[in-house]
Amino acid sequence: MKELVAISGKGGCGKTTVLASLAALAESVVLADGDVDAPDLHLLLRPEIQQRTPFVAGFRAALDASRCTGCGRCAELCRFEGIRMADSRPVISELHCEGCGLCVDQCPVQALSLADATCGEWYCSATAYGPMVHARLQPGRPNSGKLVSLVRKEARELAEREGKELILVDGPPGIGCPVIATVGGADLALVVTEPSPSGQHDLRRALELLRHFRVPAWFSVNRADLYPEGAAGIRAEAESLGARWAGDIRYDSAVTASQYEGRPVVLCPDSPAGNDIRAIWHTLQKEL
Amino acid sequence: MKRTFAVASGKGGAGKTTVAVGLALALADRGQSVRLLDCDVEEPNCHVQLGVSLTATEPATAPVPEVDTACCDGCGACAQACRFHSLAVVRKQVLVFPQLCHACGACLYACPQGAIREVPRRIGLVRQAEAESITLVDGLLDVGEAMASPLIRQVRQREAGTEVTILDGPPGTSCSLLAATGGADHVLLVAEATPFGLHDLALASEAVRLLGLPVSVVLNRCRGTAADAQAFLAERDLPLAGCLPEDRRVAECAARGGTPYREVPGFGAAMRDLLARLLGEAA
Repeated sequence: MKELVAISGKGGCGKTTVLASLAALAESVVLADGDVDAPDLHLLLRPEIQQRTPFVAGFRAALDASRCTGCGRCAELCRFEGIRMADSRPVISELHCEGCGLCVDQCPVQALSLADATCGEWYCSATAYGPMVHARLQPGRPNSGKLVSLVRKEARELAEREGKELILVDGPPGIGCPVIATVGGADLALVVTEPSPSGQHDLRRALELLRHFRVPAWFSVNRADLYPEGAAGIRAEAESLGARWAGDIRYDSAVTASQYEGRPVVLCPDSPAGNDIRAIWHTLQKEL
Repeated sequence: MKRTFAVASGKGGAGKTTVAVGLALALADRGQSVRLLDCDVEEPNCHVQLGVSLTATEPATAPVPEVDTACCDGCGACAQACRFHSLAVVRKQVLVFPQLCHACGACLYACPQGAIREVPRRIGLVRQAEAESITLVDGLLDVGEAMASPLIRQVRQREAGTEVTILDGPPGTSCSLLAATGGADHVLLVAEATPFGLHDLALASEAVRLLGLPVSVVLNRCRGTAADAQAFLAERDLPLAGCLPEDRRVAECAARGGTPYREVPGFGAAMRDLLARLLGEAA
């Protein structure tokens, strides 16, 4: 079983567009959405949710008001603005509490405790292209990396159970915690970028991250025809950094149209972008 | 009067940086001094659009525990206190896993021997540059570092005392978005008028509303009046701050490393209009 992840560094480069089309082209596949705080893959693959499970990770401070003497030690120690005093009583901010437990340990009258924190929900679903694991982090919550790891682990188990050969993971933008959780241990990463200085700058950092985690890197320049010279420059630099070119993708209004239709662009007849992604799939397939 | 406007979006590539830089340039054109803080520390790009190099850099650090082995008796209280598993005690020796550390201080207080102190560990850079009356500050997270929020907080410490500050936020709806927008006077959400764009806008607006901040929306890449997108905003009680048309010239200008505010006809005027509306609303 192999795992291919799509990332980008810069957001809005077309990761999800590409990954959804690969999902439609691959034969024996499990799909996973690693972008848990702004997931979009479901808009193209239209999963039917079969199982929902709460995502519990970390803790939140909870106050037993009957014990509290209002000394204010907790608010004084908290480094995250997680507790403030109002009328000599501590008020816990669920939004800011990191669940570190310092206040619990240091409360002189044991008025504070830690409760499990629910940070989101994850789903096992059926799509027309194969089973899908995806999730939803509650707005503003931490632990997105842990939720991504959980999504990948569940997708792997599902693939093993159902004898699927490939897992396709749609990653989040950036290079931080959820991206690290997306790429670690993957067999192949496809970095989708765009022909702009920002796209190139972010691609460079994404490739550095992949090298750091020893994940074989491929890249594709989306909307390359908007600025062919820029795309050529990106290709030269990415190849010099050891990444392999999977093929470029042309600008195509069918990409947005396919979002409205809720289907991968590769299924739109005569779509230039769809044809380019098909060629990319043929290249990557040989590697897998 | 000190004012802080945060520019954010759920979906990446919606045009946050183009709008944040455009607003900063529109302020500069009024002769006002402005601070532009790039809080997208995983992938900061304001300097690319402003065409400046960030020459003034200093390392950004986060505190991590250091154990004085002469005082430590290996009791394990620190590892027990750490809920992030960044400390472990093996054969009476403390091992520190700095990348898991949240710098909460729990181990410090837990150690009965007073053997733990905090030392700074580099997580990235804070960089600064001046361009006309704009002071640009950004954070650049080191590759391989997981936690963006501590660096975002360090960039935010450079918020101006008296002038207008524009914050360019990270994409997404998680803790980094809150670190980048918390305490702002107004949050401007930039959304593509597409199904992906509107879906992620709804998620981002939920996150920002948790902070209790006033919010409005710029619809980007609108075809025609974007009536469906406007209806979407109305249903969710999200005020519209402006519509920017779908314009291939903006994409091409950004692709060439240009500044759409200066180079694409009509775009500068649209930014000046947006700025006027924002200033009027927050007054």
